[in-house]
Amino acid sequence: MPATLSDLDAWLRRYAATIHDQVAYLTELDAAVGDADHGTNMDRGMQKVVGVLDSESFEAADALFKKVGMTLVSAVGGASGPLYGTFFLRVGTGIGTVSEVDAETLGAGLRAGVEGVLARGKAELGDKTMYDAWAPALEAYDGAEGDIGDRLTAAADAAAQARDDTAGLVARKGRASYLGERSAGHVDPGAASTVMLLEAARDTLS
Amino acid sequence: MKKLINDPADVVAESLRGVEAAHRDHVRVDHDNRIVYRRDTPRAGKVGLVSGGGSGHEPMHGGFVGVGMLDAACAGEVFTSPVPDQMMAATETVDGGAGVLHIVKNYTGDVMNFDMAAELAGDVEVRSVVTNDDVAVQDSTFTAGRRGVGATVLLEKIVGAAAEEGRTLDDVHALAVRVNESARSMGVALTSCTVPSAGKPTFELADDEIEVGIGIHGEPGRERKPLAPARDVAAMLVEPVLADLPHQRGDSVIAFVNGMGGTPLIEQYLMFNEVTKLLDQAGLTIARSLVGSYMTSLEMAGCSVTLLRCDDELVRLWDAPVNTPGLRWGA
Repeated sequence: MPATLSDLDAWLRRYAATIHDQVAYLTELDAAVGDADHGTNMDRGMQKVVGVLDSESFEAADALFKKVGMTLVSAVGGASGPLYGTFFLRVGTGIGTVSEVDAETLGAGLRAGVEGVLARGKAELGDKTMYDAWAPALEAYDGAEGDIGDRLTAAADAAAQARDDTAGLVARKGRASYLGERSAGHVDPGAASTVMLLEAARDTLS
Repeated sequence: MKKLINDPADVVAESLRGVEAAHRDHVRVDHDNRIVYRRDTPRAGKVGLVSGGGSGHEPMHGGFVGVGMLDAACAGEVFTSPVPDQMMAATETVDGGAGVLHIVKNYTGDVMNFDMAAELAGDVEVRSVVTNDDVAVQDSTFTAGRRGVGATVLLEKIVGAAAEEGRTLDDVHALAVRVNESARSMGVALTSCTVPSAGKPTFELADDEIEVGIGIHGEPGRERKPLAPARDVAAMLVEPVLADLPHQRGDSVIAFVNGMGGTPLIEQYLMFNEVTKLLDQAGLTIARSLVGSYMTSLEMAGCSVTLLRCDDELVRLWDAPVNTPGLRWGA
Protein backbone atom coordinates (compact mmCIF):
# COMPACT_ATOMS: atom_id res chain seq x y z
CA MET A 1 0.00 0.00 0.00
CA PRO A 2 1.42 3.41 -0.87
CA ALA A 3 2.15 5.90 1.88
CA THR A 4 -0.18 8.86 2.18
CA LEU A 5 0.71 12.42 3.14
CA SER A 6 -0.55 11.65 6.59
CA ASP A 7 1.83 8.68 6.80
CA LEU A 8 4.71 10.96 5.83
CA ASP A 9 3.58 13.38 8.51
CA ALA A 10 3.60 10.50 11.02
CA TRP A 11 7.11 9.51 9.88
CA LEU A 12 8.50 12.98 10.58
CA ARG A 13 6.73 13.20 13.93
CA ARG A 14 8.00 9.78 14.96
CA TYR A 15 11.52 10.81 13.99
CA ALA A 16 11.20 14.02 16.01
CA ALA A 17 9.99 12.04 19.02
CA THR A 18 12.83 9.54 18.73
CA ILE A 19 15.44 12.29 18.46
CA HIS A 20 13.90 13.99 21.48
CA ASP A 21 14.12 10.77 23.50
CA GLN A 22 17.67 10.12 22.35
CA VAL A 23 19.18 13.60 22.80
CA ALA A 24 21.53 12.44 25.54
CA TYR A 25 22.60 9.34 23.60
CA LEU A 26 23.37 11.28 20.39
CA THR A 27 25.17 13.99 22.32
CA GLU A 28 27.23 11.37 24.12
CA LEU A 29 28.26 9.82 20.82
CA ASP A 30 29.19 13.27 19.54
CA ALA A 31 31.15 14.18 22.68
CA ALA A 32 33.42 11.20 22.04
CA VAL A 33 34.48 12.37 18.59
CA GLY A 34 33.15 15.88 18.08
CA ASP A 35 31.67 18.73 20.01
CA ALA A 36 28.77 17.24 21.92
CA ASP A 37 25.86 18.91 20.18
CA HIS A 38 24.38 16.53 17.60
CA GLY A 39 21.48 15.55 19.84
CA THR A 40 20.52 19.06 20.90
CA ASN A 41 20.91 20.45 17.39
CA MET A 42 18.77 17.78 15.75
CA ASP A 43 16.20 18.05 18.52
CA ARG A 44 15.95 21.81 18.02
CA GLY A 45 15.48 21.30 14.29
CA MET A 46 12.95 18.49 14.49
CA GLN A 47 10.89 20.32 17.10
CA LYS A 48 10.69 23.19 14.58
CA VAL A 49 9.59 20.67 11.96
CA VAL A 50 6.80 19.48 14.27
CA GLY A 51 5.76 23.11 14.65
CA VAL A 52 5.53 23.41 10.87
CA LEU A 53 3.50 20.20 10.62
CA ASP A 54 1.13 21.52 13.28
CA SER A 55 0.58 24.85 11.59
CA GLU A 56 0.71 24.18 7.85
CA SER A 57 -0.95 21.77 5.48
CA PHE A 58 0.62 20.36 2.35
CA GLU A 59 -0.97 19.29 -0.92
CA ALA A 60 1.95 17.22 -2.15
CA ALA A 61 4.97 15.32 -0.86
CA ASP A 62 7.55 17.55 -2.55
CA ALA A 63 6.20 20.69 -0.89
CA LEU A 64 6.20 18.93 2.47
CA PHE A 65 9.79 17.72 2.23
CA LYS A 66 11.11 21.00 0.84
CA LYS A 67 9.60 22.84 3.78
CA VAL A 68 11.09 20.30 6.17
CA GLY A 69 14.49 20.74 4.51
CA MET A 70 14.40 24.52 4.68
CA THR A 71 13.25 24.37 8.29
CA LEU A 72 16.23 22.19 9.23
CA VAL A 73 18.70 24.35 7.27
CA SER A 74 17.37 27.41 9.11
CA ALA A 75 17.19 25.92 12.57
CA VAL A 76 19.94 23.38 13.10
CA GLY A 77 23.31 24.89 12.12
CA GLY A 78 26.53 22.95 12.41
CA ALA A 79 27.12 20.28 9.80
CA SER A 80 23.85 18.44 10.50
CA GLY A 81 21.75 21.42 9.40
CA PRO A 82 23.03 21.62 5.83
CA LEU A 83 23.29 17.83 5.55
CA TYR A 84 19.84 16.88 6.84
CA GLY A 85 18.37 20.02 5.27
CA THR A 86 19.80 19.18 1.87
CA PHE A 87 18.68 15.56 2.31
CA PHE A 88 15.01 16.49 2.74
CA LEU A 89 15.10 19.20 0.06
CA ARG A 90 16.35 16.61 -2.43
CA VAL A 91 13.95 13.92 -1.20
CA GLY A 92 11.21 16.36 -2.15
CA THR A 93 12.66 16.85 -5.60
CA GLY A 94 13.15 13.11 -6.06
CA ILE A 95 9.63 12.19 -5.01
CA GLY A 96 7.93 14.96 -6.95
CA THR A 97 4.40 16.35 -6.89
CA VAL A 98 2.52 13.33 -5.59
CA SER A 99 0.10 12.81 -2.74
CA GLU A 100 0.78 9.09 -2.43
CA VAL A 101 4.21 7.52 -2.37
CA ASP A 102 4.80 3.96 -3.53
CA ALA A 103 7.93 1.93 -2.92
CA GLU A 104 9.55 2.98 -6.18
CA THR A 105 8.91 6.67 -5.63
CA LEU A 106 10.14 6.58 -2.06
CA GLY A 107 13.28 4.80 -3.25
CA ALA A 108 13.87 7.52 -5.84
CA GLY A 109 13.35 10.17 -3.17
CA LEU A 110 15.76 8.57 -0.71
CA ARG A 111 18.39 8.15 -3.43
CA ALA A 112 18.07 11.79 -4.47
CA GLY A 113 18.35 12.82 -0.82
CA VAL A 114 21.51 10.82 -0.27
CA GLU A 115 23.03 12.22 -3.46
CA GLY A 116 22.35 15.67 -2.02
CA VAL A 117 24.13 14.70 1.20
CA LEU A 118 27.11 13.53 -0.82
CA ALA A 119 27.24 16.73 -2.87
CA ARG A 120 27.03 18.90 0.25
CA GLY A 121 29.35 16.88 2.48
CA LYS A 122 31.73 15.51 -0.16
CA ALA A 123 32.00 12.29 1.83
CA GLU A 124 33.00 8.89 0.55
CA LEU A 125 32.20 5.43 1.82
CA GLY A 126 34.34 4.67 4.87
CA ASP A 127 34.82 8.30 5.93
CA LYS A 128 32.80 7.51 9.10
CA THR A 129 29.79 9.70 8.32
CA MET A 130 26.05 9.31 7.88
CA TYR A 131 26.73 8.17 4.33
CA ASP A 132 28.18 4.95 5.70
CA ALA A 133 24.70 4.12 7.01
CA TRP A 134 22.92 5.41 3.91
CA ALA A 135 24.84 3.51 1.26
CA PRO A 136 24.01 -0.01 2.49
CA ALA A 137 20.49 1.13 3.39
CA LEU A 138 19.78 2.20 -0.19
CA GLU A 139 21.24 -1.02 -1.50
CA ALA A 140 19.10 -3.09 0.84
CA TYR A 141 16.03 -1.04 -0.04
CA ASP A 142 16.51 -1.62 -3.76
CA GLY A 143 17.37 -5.29 -3.27
CA ALA A 144 14.41 -6.12 -1.06
CA GLU A 145 11.20 -7.59 -2.43
CA GLY A 146 7.79 -6.48 -1.38
CA ASP A 147 6.09 -3.33 -0.28
CA ILE A 148 7.40 -0.19 1.36
CA GLY A 149 7.39 -1.78 4.82
CA ASP A 150 9.47 -4.79 3.75
CA ARG A 151 11.96 -2.60 1.95
CA LEU A 152 12.27 -0.13 4.82
CA THR A 153 12.79 -3.01 7.24
CA ALA A 154 15.66 -4.26 5.10
CA ALA A 155 17.07 -0.74 4.79
CA ALA A 156 16.85 -0.01 8.53
CA ASP A 157 18.50 -3.34 9.40
CA ALA A 158 21.33 -2.71 6.97
CA ALA A 159 21.79 0.80 8.26
CA ALA A 160 21.86 -0.38 11.89
CA GLN A 161 24.58 -2.91 11.07
CA ALA A 162 26.53 -0.25 9.18
CA ARG A 163 26.10 2.20 12.06
CA ASP A 164 27.68 -0.31 14.43
CA ASP A 165 30.47 -0.87 11.90
CA THR A 166 31.34 2.83 11.87
CA ALA A 167 32.87 2.25 15.31
CA GLY A 168 35.78 0.54 13.59
CA LEU A 169 36.44 3.36 11.17
CA VAL A 170 38.87 6.27 11.40
CA ALA A 171 37.01 9.49 10.62
CA ARG A 172 38.02 11.46 7.56
CA LYS A 173 35.29 14.10 7.58
CA GLY A 174 33.85 16.50 10.12
CA ARG A 175 35.26 17.31 13.51
CA ALA A 176 35.89 13.65 14.27
CA SER A 177 38.58 13.68 11.58
CA TYR A 178 40.72 15.89 13.82
CA LEU A 179 41.08 12.94 16.16
CA GLY A 180 42.70 10.69 13.58
CA GLU A 181 43.18 7.16 14.91
CA ARG A 182 41.57 8.15 18.21
CA SER A 183 38.21 8.41 16.45
CA ALA A 184 38.14 4.63 16.06
CA GLY A 185 36.10 2.81 18.70
CA HIS A 186 33.18 5.23 18.59
CA VAL A 187 29.95 5.03 16.59
CA ASP A 188 29.40 7.98 14.26
CA PRO A 189 26.58 10.18 15.59
CA GLY A 190 25.31 11.02 12.09
CA ALA A 191 25.04 7.35 11.23
CA ALA A 192 23.14 6.81 14.49
CA SER A 193 20.59 9.54 13.74
CA THR A 194 20.25 8.20 10.19
CA VAL A 195 19.24 4.78 11.53
CA MET A 196 16.63 6.50 13.69
CA LEU A 197 15.21 8.17 10.59
CA LEU A 198 14.96 4.84 8.74
CA GLU A 199 13.47 3.05 11.74
CA ALA A 200 10.88 5.78 12.09
CA ALA A 201 10.05 5.32 8.40
CA ARG A 202 9.78 1.55 8.84
CA ASP A 203 7.42 1.98 11.79
CA THR A 204 5.13 4.54 10.15
CA LEU A 205 5.07 3.95 6.41
CA SER A 206 4.32 0.19 6.44
CA MET B 1 27.67 21.79 35.78
CA LYS B 2 28.32 25.01 37.67
CA LYS B 3 27.58 28.03 35.49
CA LEU B 4 26.03 31.48 35.75
CA ILE B 5 23.05 30.70 33.55
CA ASN B 6 19.29 30.54 33.80
CA ASP B 7 18.35 27.84 31.30
CA PRO B 8 20.80 26.14 28.93
CA ALA B 9 18.41 26.87 26.06
CA ASP B 10 18.53 30.63 26.71
CA VAL B 11 22.28 31.13 27.07
CA VAL B 12 22.95 32.66 23.64
CA ALA B 13 19.86 34.85 23.50
CA GLU B 14 20.39 36.25 27.00
CA SER B 15 24.08 36.82 26.43
CA LEU B 16 23.30 38.81 23.27
CA ARG B 17 20.91 40.97 25.32
CA GLY B 18 23.83 41.69 27.62
CA VAL B 19 26.16 42.48 24.72
CA GLU B 20 23.68 45.02 23.44
CA ALA B 21 23.13 46.58 26.85
CA ALA B 22 26.86 46.82 27.55
CA HIS B 23 28.04 48.09 24.19
CA ARG B 24 25.32 50.32 22.78
CA ASP B 25 27.94 52.79 21.60
CA HIS B 26 29.50 50.26 19.27
CA VAL B 27 26.89 47.75 18.23
CA ARG B 28 23.26 46.99 17.72
CA VAL B 29 21.87 43.48 17.87
CA ASP B 30 19.26 41.82 15.66
CA HIS B 31 17.85 39.41 18.22
CA ASP B 32 15.61 37.54 15.78
CA ASN B 33 18.54 36.63 13.57
CA ARG B 34 21.18 36.70 16.31
CA ILE B 35 23.46 39.12 14.49
CA VAL B 36 25.70 41.72 16.13
CA TYR B 37 26.01 44.75 13.84
CA ARG B 38 28.39 47.66 13.87
CA ARG B 39 26.25 50.68 14.78
CA ASP B 40 27.04 52.64 11.63
CA THR B 41 26.84 49.84 9.05
CA PRO B 42 26.35 49.89 6.08
CA ARG B 43 28.93 52.45 4.95
CA ALA B 44 28.81 53.47 1.31
CA GLY B 45 31.78 52.18 -0.67
CA LYS B 46 33.23 50.14 2.19
CA VAL B 47 33.62 46.40 1.79
CA GLY B 48 31.44 44.74 4.41
CA LEU B 49 33.08 42.17 6.65
CA VAL B 50 30.86 39.39 7.97
CA SER B 51 32.02 36.61 10.22
CA GLY B 52 30.42 34.34 12.72
CA GLY B 53 30.50 30.93 14.25
CA GLY B 54 29.30 29.04 17.23
CA SER B 55 28.92 30.92 20.50
CA GLY B 56 31.20 30.11 23.43
CA HIS B 57 34.34 31.75 21.97
CA GLU B 58 33.77 35.26 23.30
CA PRO B 59 34.88 37.87 22.48
CA MET B 60 35.18 36.13 19.06
CA HIS B 61 33.27 37.20 16.91
CA GLY B 62 30.62 39.54 18.32
CA GLY B 63 33.25 41.33 20.40
CA PHE B 64 35.17 42.24 17.27
CA VAL B 65 32.35 44.17 15.64
CA GLY B 66 33.08 47.87 15.32
CA VAL B 67 35.33 50.45 13.72
CA GLY B 68 38.37 48.83 12.16
CA MET B 69 37.11 45.25 12.35
CA LEU B 70 33.84 43.48 11.51
CA ASP B 71 30.56 44.93 10.26
CA ALA B 72 28.55 41.97 11.47
CA ALA B 73 28.95 38.74 13.40
CA CYS B 74 26.43 35.88 13.26
CA ALA B 75 26.09 33.98 16.52
CA GLY B 76 25.29 30.28 16.37
CA GLU B 77 24.27 28.10 19.27
CA VAL B 78 27.08 27.15 21.62
CA PHE B 79 29.81 25.54 19.49
CA THR B 80 27.37 25.20 16.57
CA SER B 81 27.78 27.22 13.40
CA PRO B 82 25.11 29.81 12.60
CA VAL B 83 22.62 29.05 9.82
CA PRO B 84 22.51 30.44 6.26
CA ASP B 85 19.53 32.70 7.06
CA GLN B 86 21.68 34.65 9.50
CA MET B 87 24.56 35.07 7.08
CA MET B 88 22.24 36.14 4.27
CA ALA B 89 20.58 38.75 6.47
CA ALA B 90 23.95 40.05 7.65
CA THR B 91 25.34 40.16 4.11
CA GLU B 92 22.43 42.15 2.76
CA THR B 93 22.45 44.55 5.69
CA VAL B 94 26.16 45.44 5.66
CA ASP B 95 26.60 45.78 1.91
CA GLY B 96 27.54 49.37 1.11
CA GLY B 97 27.77 48.67 -2.60
CA ALA B 98 31.37 47.45 -2.52
CA GLY B 99 30.58 43.82 -1.78
CA VAL B 100 30.97 41.64 1.28
CA LEU B 101 33.74 39.36 2.51
CA HIS B 102 32.78 36.30 4.54
CA ILE B 103 35.45 35.31 7.06
CA VAL B 104 34.94 31.63 7.82
CA LYS B 105 36.87 29.34 10.11
CA ASN B 106 37.52 25.95 8.56
CA TYR B 107 35.08 23.80 10.45
CA THR B 108 32.76 21.58 8.45
CA GLY B 109 29.55 23.17 9.68
CA ASP B 110 30.75 26.76 9.31
CA VAL B 111 31.96 26.12 5.78
CA MET B 112 28.75 24.37 4.70
CA ASN B 113 26.45 27.02 6.13
CA PHE B 114 28.46 29.93 4.71
CA ASP B 115 28.57 28.08 1.36
CA MET B 116 24.80 27.79 1.35
CA ALA B 117 24.47 31.46 2.28
CA ALA B 118 26.79 32.53 -0.55
CA GLU B 119 24.81 30.35 -2.99
CA LEU B 120 21.54 31.86 -1.82
CA ALA B 121 22.78 35.47 -1.55
CA GLY B 122 20.94 37.66 -4.02
CA ASP B 123 22.59 40.57 -5.76
CA VAL B 124 25.38 41.22 -3.29
CA GLU B 125 28.88 40.36 -4.48
CA VAL B 126 30.28 37.92 -1.93
CA ARG B 127 33.78 36.55 -1.52
CA SER B 128 34.95 34.17 1.18
CA VAL B 129 38.15 33.44 2.98
CA VAL B 130 38.43 30.23 4.99
CA THR B 131 41.03 30.35 7.75
CA ASN B 132 42.93 27.12 8.37
CA ASP B 133 45.92 27.87 10.55
CA ASP B 134 45.88 24.94 13.01
CA VAL B 135 48.97 22.82 12.50
CA ALA B 136 47.65 20.15 14.89
CA VAL B 137 45.56 18.77 12.06
CA GLN B 138 47.14 17.00 9.17
CA ASP B 139 46.02 18.81 6.05
CA SER B 140 45.17 16.15 3.50
CA THR B 141 42.38 15.02 1.26
CA PHE B 142 41.54 12.47 3.95
CA THR B 143 40.52 15.01 6.56
CA ALA B 144 38.26 18.02 6.73
CA GLY B 145 41.51 20.01 6.57
CA ARG B 146 43.09 22.23 9.13
CA ARG B 147 40.88 24.12 11.54
CA GLY B 148 40.63 27.86 11.52
CA VAL B 149 41.59 29.14 14.97
CA GLY B 150 43.69 32.02 16.38
CA ALA B 151 44.74 33.49 13.04
CA THR B 152 41.11 34.49 12.53
CA VAL B 153 41.48 37.19 15.22
CA LEU B 154 44.59 38.64 13.59
CA LEU B 155 42.99 38.43 10.15
CA GLU B 156 39.84 40.23 11.22
CA LYS B 157 41.95 43.05 12.68
CA ILE B 158 44.24 43.47 9.68
CA VAL B 159 41.59 43.01 6.99
CA GLY B 160 39.25 45.23 8.98
CA ALA B 161 41.80 48.05 8.76
CA ALA B 162 42.15 47.54 5.01
CA ALA B 163 38.39 47.63 4.49
CA GLU B 164 38.26 50.80 6.57
CA GLU B 165 40.68 52.40 4.11
CA GLY B 166 38.15 51.86 1.34
CA ARG B 167 40.00 49.16 -0.56
CA THR B 168 38.18 47.05 -3.13
CA LEU B 169 36.69 43.63 -2.46
CA ASP B 170 39.43 42.03 -4.59
CA ASP B 171 42.13 43.79 -2.56
CA VAL B 172 40.57 42.93 0.76
CA HIS B 173 40.06 39.32 -0.26
CA ALA B 174 43.64 38.95 -1.49
CA LEU B 175 44.95 40.43 1.75
CA ALA B 176 42.79 38.03 3.77
CA VAL B 177 44.19 35.07 1.85
CA ARG B 178 47.75 36.35 2.38
CA VAL B 179 47.26 36.76 6.14
CA ASN B 180 45.81 33.28 6.43
CA GLU B 181 48.66 31.74 4.45
CA SER B 182 51.21 33.52 6.65
CA ALA B 183 49.81 32.33 9.99
CA ARG B 184 49.98 29.08 11.97
CA SER B 185 48.57 28.07 15.37
CA MET B 186 48.61 25.27 17.91
CA GLY B 187 46.69 24.89 21.16
CA VAL B 188 46.75 22.94 24.41
CA ALA B 189 44.04 22.18 26.98
CA LEU B 190 44.55 21.59 30.69
CA THR B 191 40.85 20.96 31.33
CA SER B 192 37.75 20.25 29.29
CA CYS B 193 34.96 22.74 28.94
CA THR B 194 31.30 22.00 29.63
CA VAL B 195 28.74 22.77 26.93
CA PRO B 196 25.67 24.10 28.79
CA SER B 197 23.18 21.92 26.91
CA ALA B 198 25.33 18.82 27.50
CA GLY B 199 25.72 19.62 31.21
CA LYS B 200 28.96 17.73 31.75
CA PRO B 201 32.57 18.05 30.60
CA THR B 202 33.09 17.12 26.96
CA PHE B 203 36.12 15.02 27.83
CA GLU B 204 37.76 13.71 30.96
CA LEU B 205 41.31 14.73 31.67
CA ALA B 206 43.24 13.62 34.74
CA ASP B 207 44.92 16.26 36.93
CA ASP B 208 48.32 15.33 35.55
CA GLU B 209 47.33 15.19 31.87
CA ILE B 210 47.05 17.72 29.05
CA GLU B 211 45.49 17.52 25.57
CA VAL B 212 47.86 18.84 22.94
CA GLY B 213 46.56 20.06 19.60
CA ILE B 214 43.03 21.00 20.58
CA GLY B 215 40.56 23.09 18.60
CA ILE B 216 38.12 25.58 20.06
CA HIS B 217 35.04 23.40 20.58
CA GLY B 218 36.12 21.02 23.28
CA GLU B 219 36.91 18.48 20.63
CA PRO B 220 39.77 16.41 21.95
CA GLY B 221 43.29 17.13 20.74
CA ARG B 222 45.90 15.32 18.72
CA GLU B 223 47.38 13.52 21.68
CA ARG B 224 47.30 13.29 25.44
CA LYS B 225 50.51 13.93 27.35
CA PRO B 226 51.62 14.23 30.97
CA LEU B 227 51.46 17.74 32.42
CA ALA B 228 54.84 19.45 32.04
CA PRO B 229 56.43 22.77 33.03
CA ALA B 230 55.32 25.77 30.98
CA ARG B 231 58.61 25.91 29.08
CA ASP B 232 58.01 22.39 27.78
CA VAL B 233 54.37 23.08 26.94
CA ALA B 234 55.42 26.22 25.07
CA ALA B 235 57.85 24.14 23.03
CA MET B 236 55.07 21.63 22.24
CA LEU B 237 53.15 24.53 20.68
CA VAL B 238 55.85 26.68 19.10
CA GLU B 239 57.94 23.90 17.53
CA PRO B 240 55.19 22.47 15.31
CA VAL B 241 54.12 26.01 14.37
CA LEU B 242 57.64 26.95 13.31
CA ALA B 243 58.12 23.62 11.54
CA ASP B 244 55.14 24.42 9.35
CA LEU B 245 55.40 28.19 8.91
CA PRO B 246 57.73 29.12 6.04
CA HIS B 247 60.26 31.52 7.55
CA GLN B 248 63.89 32.56 7.71
CA ARG B 249 66.00 33.89 10.53
CA GLY B 250 65.49 37.64 10.71
CA ASP B 251 61.80 37.50 9.79
CA SER B 252 59.25 39.39 11.84
CA VAL B 253 56.11 37.94 13.35
CA ILE B 254 53.03 39.05 15.19
CA ALA B 255 52.97 36.70 18.19
CA PHE B 256 49.64 35.89 19.80
CA VAL B 257 49.18 33.91 23.00
CA ASN B 258 45.48 33.25 23.40
CA GLY B 259 43.83 32.09 26.60
CA MET B 260 41.15 29.41 26.13
CA GLY B 261 38.85 30.93 28.76
CA GLY B 262 39.91 29.30 32.00
CA THR B 263 43.55 30.31 32.19
CA PRO B 264 44.41 33.56 33.98
CA LEU B 265 46.54 36.29 32.43
CA ILE B 266 49.44 35.58 34.77
CA GLU B 267 49.85 32.18 33.14
CA GLN B 268 49.27 33.57 29.65
CA TYR B 269 52.07 36.11 30.18
CA LEU B 270 54.28 33.41 31.65
CA MET B 271 53.66 31.42 28.47
CA PHE B 272 54.39 34.50 26.35
CA ASN B 273 57.73 34.77 28.11
CA GLU B 274 58.50 31.19 27.10
CA VAL B 275 57.36 31.89 23.54
CA THR B 276 59.67 34.90 23.26
CA LYS B 277 62.65 32.74 24.27
CA LEU B 278 61.79 30.14 21.65
CA LEU B 279 61.32 32.77 18.94
CA ASP B 280 64.60 34.37 19.91
CA GLN B 281 66.35 31.01 19.49
CA ALA B 282 64.73 30.69 16.07
CA GLY B 283 66.01 34.13 15.07
CA LEU B 284 62.57 35.67 14.74
CA THR B 285 61.73 39.22 15.74
CA ILE B 286 58.44 39.91 17.48
CA ALA B 287 57.13 42.97 15.63
CA ARG B 288 53.86 43.11 17.55
CA SER B 289 52.19 40.95 20.16
CA LEU B 290 48.81 40.12 21.58
CA VAL B 291 48.18 38.35 24.88
CA GLY B 292 44.75 37.62 26.26
CA SER B 293 41.61 35.52 25.98
CA TYR B 294 40.30 36.51 22.55
CA MET B 295 39.09 33.22 21.11
CA THR B 296 37.93 31.11 23.98
CA SER B 297 36.38 27.70 24.38
CA LEU B 298 33.98 28.42 27.25
CA GLU B 299 35.87 27.83 30.51
CA MET B 300 38.52 25.51 29.11
CA ALA B 301 41.92 26.03 30.70
CA GLY B 302 44.82 26.20 28.31
CA CYS B 303 46.11 28.41 25.57
CA SER B 304 47.08 28.57 21.95
CA VAL B 305 49.99 30.19 20.18
CA THR B 306 49.57 31.88 16.79
CA LEU B 307 52.43 33.27 14.77
CA LEU B 308 51.80 35.53 11.79
CA ARG B 309 54.78 36.29 9.59
CA CYS B 310 54.45 39.98 8.82
CA ASP B 311 55.87 42.80 6.74
CA ASP B 312 55.59 46.59 7.08
CA GLU B 313 52.16 46.67 5.47
CA LEU B 314 50.68 44.08 7.84
CA VAL B 315 52.21 45.87 10.83
CA ARG B 316 50.82 49.21 9.66
CA LEU B 317 47.33 47.68 9.29
CA TRP B 318 47.72 45.98 12.67
CA ASP B 319 48.51 49.35 14.26
CA ALA B 320 45.55 51.12 12.63
CA PRO B 321 42.83 52.27 15.04
CA VAL B 322 40.31 49.70 16.19
CA ASN B 323 37.33 50.28 18.43
CA THR B 324 35.33 47.20 19.30
CA PRO B 325 34.14 45.71 22.60
CA GLY B 326 36.89 43.11 22.54
CA LEU B 327 39.83 44.95 20.94
CA ARG B 328 40.54 48.65 21.10
CA TRP B 329 43.54 50.85 20.45
CA GLY B 330 44.49 54.08 18.72
CA ALA B 331 40.89 55.18 18.52
